[in-house]
Amino acid sequence: MHKLKVLMFGWEFPPFMSGGLGTACYGLTKGLTNKNVEVTFVMPNGPEDMKAEFVKLLIASNLYKYNLKVKKIDTLLKPYLSDAQYKEEYDNYMKLLEKRGGDSSKILYGKNIHDEVYRLSLAARMIAETEDFDIIHCHDWMTFPAGIEAKKVSGKPLVVQVHATEYDRTGGNSINDYVYGIERSGMEFADRVIAVSYFTKEKIMEHYGIPADKIVVVHNAVEFSDEKKFDIKKHEKVVLFLGRLTLQKGPDYFVEAAKRVLDYDPDVKFIIAGTGDMEARLVDRVAQLGIGNKVLFAGFVNGHDVDKAYQAADLYVMPSVSEPFGITPLEALRNNVPVIISKQSGVSEVLKHALKVDFWDIDELANKIISVLNYRSLHHELSKHGSMEVHTFSWNIPAQKCIDMYNTVLHEKYHGIKAT
Amino acid sequence: MPNICFYFQVHQPYRMKRYSVFNIGHNSDYFDDAKNREVMQKVAKKCYLPTNQVMLDLINTYKNSDRQFKIAYSITGVALEQFEKYAPEVLESFKKLAATGCVEFLSETYYHSLSYLYSKDEFKAQVMLHREKIKELFNQEPVVFRNTELIFNNEIAHFIEQMGFKGMLAEGADHILNWRSPNYVYRAKTTTTLRLLLKNYKLSDDVAFRFSQQSWKEFPLTSEKYAHWINQHAEHSINLFMDYETFGEHQWEDTGIFNFLRNLPNELFKNHHTKFIWPSELTKIEPVAELDIHNFISWADIERDLSAWVGNNMQNSASSELYAIEKVLKELNNKALLEDWRKLTTSDHFYYMCTKYFNDGDVHKYFNPYDTPYESYINFMNILNDIILRMKTLIQGKNIVIELKDKYDVKHRITERPAKLINELRT
Repeated sequence: MHKLKVLMFGWEFPPFMSGGLGTACYGLTKGLTNKNVEVTFVMPNGPEDMKAEFVKLLIASNLYKYNLKVKKIDTLLKPYLSDAQYKEEYDNYMKLLEKRGGDSSKILYGKNIHDEVYRLSLAARMIAETEDFDIIHCHDWMTFPAGIEAKKVSGKPLVVQVHATEYDRTGGNSINDYVYGIERSGMEFADRVIAVSYFTKEKIMEHYGIPADKIVVVHNAVEFSDEKKFDIKKHEKVVLFLGRLTLQKGPDYFVEAAKRVLDYDPDVKFIIAGTGDMEARLVDRVAQLGIGNKVLFAGFVNGHDVDKAYQAADLYVMPSVSEPFGITPLEALRNNVPVIISKQSGVSEVLKHALKVDFWDIDELANKIISVLNYRSLHHELSKHGSMEVHTFSWNIPAQKCIDMYNTVLHEKYHGIKAT
Repeated sequence: MPNICFYFQVHQPYRMKRYSVFNIGHNSDYFDDAKNREVMQKVAKKCYLPTNQVMLDLINTYKNSDRQFKIAYSITGVALEQFEKYAPEVLESFKKLAATGCVEFLSETYYHSLSYLYSKDEFKAQVMLHREKIKELFNQEPVVFRNTELIFNNEIAHFIEQMGFKGMLAEGADHILNWRSPNYVYRAKTTTTLRLLLKNYKLSDDVAFRFSQQSWKEFPLTSEKYAHWINQHAEHSINLFMDYETFGEHQWEDTGIFNFLRNLPNELFKNHHTKFIWPSELTKIEPVAELDIHNFISWADIERDLSAWVGNNMQNSASSELYAIEKVLKELNNKALLEDWRKLTTSDHFYYMCTKYFNDGDVHKYFNPYDTPYESYINFMNILNDIILRMKTLIQGKNIVIELKDKYDVKHRITERPAKLINELRT
């Protein structure tokens, strides 16, 4: 029986990640491996001194365990080029490599994302020539050029997965043309596009002009290994925000709602866990509102500290302005913490036992926060049913959806509709 | 020689407005007039008026023959109030029906409440209020009782018998009947004279639920086919108990439900022994057996028990707190406050808090005006907290509402144990 082989390009993989993308990639690849699919996960380089750790941590046991091959890639210092220029650069790169005896660690890395993207795409050509695989699967725009190159070289079909779009990140203002261009060409060049929610699918159709039947919705899930319990003592009620401090995640709405809640009930603490470009602005606003002793900035939280943060909370709030999916509420519920989530999120399509609000409706958010903190039966029922619901979310489900889609795409390619 | 007993339930709750914690102390207008008016007029147009017309026509057709067309209704007090407020023409048409002498009215709690489960005093009061209303509007004094959602057991049977009723309705649930048929008159173990009339749920639901289901083996259900099934029987009575909204609301006009109804008596009368009968007439028949119904039954969901309204923490908390303030609230002798409190006893509010099937998106969700059961609980408890504030004002003699200047005033925080607060105030 032929084992399905997937060449996957990603940008983050735990523990080396800064957000949900790494979590999603890890979960999906694990789910695929559970279903006997062989995944080769390609990542760009990290800083040199982290290389070894990274390899040891993820790979040694886990690689073997999950039958996963992770490759690190060298990169060059050039922006994204056209096809012809690409080929030229690539040849130069190969010559350079030979000259230095093939030691990739001696090659210089670039300092910005454009370079990283470009380098990954060059490396993709090389990998595509040497690796054996049936289908290519890319996660988010940074890997799309790599996927395109891999498809060109190998002739194998390409699937691109959209975890976030430039529209989500910017709220529709000052779209970066470079990024938009790559997102669009990736989706156009691909045989299928995976969206993490119907919310995202609609955005893709509206802003990128991709037809509905080319887009498959595969909702994310949540991991269930290693649930550690921490012993936390709580005096005041705690409301948690955990995520990047950036426009997309709505931390400013969290702060405004906090003010409303604190005016009504001062015995509440609001924790903001995360870092990002809005941090300074938020700190200022909190001070301005006079709630500095009630709103605490915990900084970036990673690993087991994430579960600790959830377990210390009475309530988790995800006030995202535009969230393609949103795994964090599932993680909160995994820790039996009830959640209030933005209706403008993909996860609100699938999570039933949660309170939902429009991100802009600060009064309603405050109303719901106050209610959950004061009505214990409500807290109990949300926690009980929410965590039961979340236990039904398994990465095997999205993995199976991907496999079904891979098979459809492969079937179309090799047996299917021929354009005359 | 089948007797057919038609009984229709007519009910509309007072729907609540979206009520946030910030409304507490600032706004005591809990019920959504506009929404209630809108719903009433919609249902009047689709169901009450056309169905009443069909019933009236049928009654008049057979009025002077030896076999009349007879039906029974139970209309809740809150529905009657809303007819008066929002659709007086509907009340007129029910009055016309009453005037034919072929329509019987039953007794129930005025506010369609679960009060029997929580406060016998309130239950009695609501039954009395309802009797007064039925006498006032239709000049009848019912002898047959139906409890909210046909909630029934041995104890309530005894209680109702003590109140002087001759008969009571209940669901002909399999688990209480076992091998027996619902088509006979029974007696509950705890009673001597009260007759127990059981719904034939199969034949009732064939019309109420399955009528337009194309996947149903018997689809399409013609009056001829249905009458044929019924006419095969020869027991005491076939009890067809349904929600009146079956006609035009649950089963839309284009399913042919009105034509079905219009032709039914004619088809039924093809059996020369078939008669229509009122519940009160059934109470004259000797029961065939005694039934022991210890646990509560109802006509709701598959379980046919109390789980639609009772059981999860939110429902339990809401009900117990609501009734825990009853005594003090009544002592305050404030009409508006009492009416508002009573409107909160309506069973629908607790139905919306049910989490039982929330994942499956079933019947509960269809009727639920809230997105989730959690929202309905938040709304209910916020309103209850406002009632508490009003009570505090009356108890302490000062107007607390005026004291709350700012929308986010912190003085009066919400509590999930309002009864405790009130009782502390009183002592």
